[in-house]
Amino acid sequence: MPFDHEAVVGFAKSFGLFYLLGLSAICLAWTYWPSNKKGFDEAAKMPVLEEEDRPWR
Amino acid sequence: MLADFTRGERTGALVILGTMVVLGLAMAIAGRHDLLGIHGWIVFGISLALTFGAIRQLDLPEPSPERLSEYYDAPTRTGLILTLIWGVVGMGAGFWVAALLAWPEMTFDVSWLSWGRLRPIHTSGVIFGFGGNALIATSLHVLQRTTRARLPDALSPWFVLIGYNLFCIIAASGYLMGLTQSKEYAEPEWYADIWLVVVWVVYFFIYMRTLARRKEPHIYVANWYYMAFILVVAILHIVNNLAVPVSFGSAKSYSLFAGVQDAMTQWWYGHNAVAFFLTAGFLGMMYYYLPKRAGRPIFSYRMSIISFWGITFMYMWAGSHHLHYTALPHWVQTLGMAFSVVLLVPSWASAGNALLTLNGAWHKVRDDAVLRFMALAAIFYGITTFEGSFMAIRAVNSLSHYTDWTVGHVHAGALGWVAMITFGSLYSLVPSMFKRERIYSQKLVEVHFWLALSGTVIYVFAMWNSGVIQGLMWRTYDETGTLSYSFIDSLVAMHPYYIARAFGGLLFLLGALTALFNVIMTIRMPAIGMAPEARGDLPAEPVMQAGE
Repeated sequence: MPFDHEAVVGFAKSFGLFYLLGLSAICLAWTYWPSNKKGFDEAAKMPVLEEEDRPWR
Repeated sequence: MLADFTRGERTGALVILGTMVVLGLAMAIAGRHDLLGIHGWIVFGISLALTFGAIRQLDLPEPSPERLSEYYDAPTRTGLILTLIWGVVGMGAGFWVAALLAWPEMTFDVSWLSWGRLRPIHTSGVIFGFGGNALIATSLHVLQRTTRARLPDALSPWFVLIGYNLFCIIAASGYLMGLTQSKEYAEPEWYADIWLVVVWVVYFFIYMRTLARRKEPHIYVANWYYMAFILVVAILHIVNNLAVPVSFGSAKSYSLFAGVQDAMTQWWYGHNAVAFFLTAGFLGMMYYYLPKRAGRPIFSYRMSIISFWGITFMYMWAGSHHLHYTALPHWVQTLGMAFSVVLLVPSWASAGNALLTLNGAWHKVRDDAVLRFMALAAIFYGITTFEGSFMAIRAVNSLSHYTDWTVGHVHAGALGWVAMITFGSLYSLVPSMFKRERIYSQKLVEVHFWLALSGTVIYVFAMWNSGVIQGLMWRTYDETGTLSYSFIDSLVAMHPYYIARAFGGLLFLLGALTALFNVIMTIRMPAIGMAPEARGDLPAEPVMQAGE
């Protein structure tokens, strides 16, 4: 397959489309996976925790 | 500074500085018949001064092991001050070039005072000088607080901060001398570009090494944004600046790209500089400092993740909307347009997330000008991203492109979003970083807020008006099918708006000067716990002696 304009466009319109669709699906599934909720809720509290202002070790 | 360095780090610092002295001298000698030579002497001079400074401090006692039980904030402190200094320089240059557009005779026939040389000092000064230093300073703070790990060493953050500012100095001084590779927001020549790559890689490794030492299992979302900023800016910078210098003794280089490929690479870079420098990095700032200041966790953590991946996926493809109606293939233009429109979703998810976080804390927004800076930033972020998606549509672009509407759009983002979130974060960070009880004057923060807001509104409305008038004048035909207005006619119509724009910019500059003054006065206040000593540890004067 020659590396010309047509080939690049074909690649973008086939592989590129499914690549982005797949990535979006993985991202959405991971974000809304029920068992991940607890970790995210804890992470969200990180900036507002009133902990001692020093590193853990 | 060197007091924080271990013996090994002090040696490392001397080796680096020695190498830079030699490199500067080599540049000065190889480029003695070229402007490169002047830059060589600048590098040589700065490196030599730093070397002497380092040697003087070489015999200081080694830092105590107790330092490891505290965060390393010294680079952040210096970075915050540099942010404000570059802010004043960049915004001052902005005011000056705005005035030049209204009164062009103010170049006084001096080459380095010409608009073409001063304008990149404004853009680089505010984007890289002000924005870049703010991002480095805040990222090092957020990184340590959210991972609960100290920076891995003392040498590398100072290398990044000083090296980055050396890049900014080389860039700005080069523009004054007329050195540019004529790529917007990527004007510095090849040697400055190579230097920035070195600095940037070290910056990225600070992030990776600190993350590797973290205690928190989850990496807080602000760090994702900061890391996307560092990683993508590295990729953009390297690809767009691929060039071959005329010789090692010449500042001039030729880009690897030509024609429409050059335009596409440049605007792939240019728009992603907006996306990853001016958006992702500052979103990282927003996702940490806004919840912290409001005292409420972010409204939806999940939405911040969706926004993150949305922005990183889609911004990459949006750059071609800068090249509507050009030699670029039509489908590439359409691709850029489509992705720009879809980008509204993650952009508004972030803006909405920020505003919903404030829902229930509006009384704090009313009372606290610092939080109001951040709230306003989120509002302007929402306005600007909507406007950007709209302007990327080809039919809208046919009116807006090459007009001042674009300039207005950029400044709604730069003043309303980037600068507001920066000032908000900076005000909330300065007291704790310098261990002061509070900011010197809350009133001056309030003054700054209203200066910044009115300056932004005046600026943006002036440019919207000017831009739409320009666009309409350029496309008005009479019944014979010829253009109704000459270019000069549109120039005359823009004049009052250019005066208004310069005035808006002046208000914004005065706000930045207020911030600089307020921060300097804060640093001059006594530190927490130091107050009695500073006042003198003396008994109070008795009001009245017994028997009087």
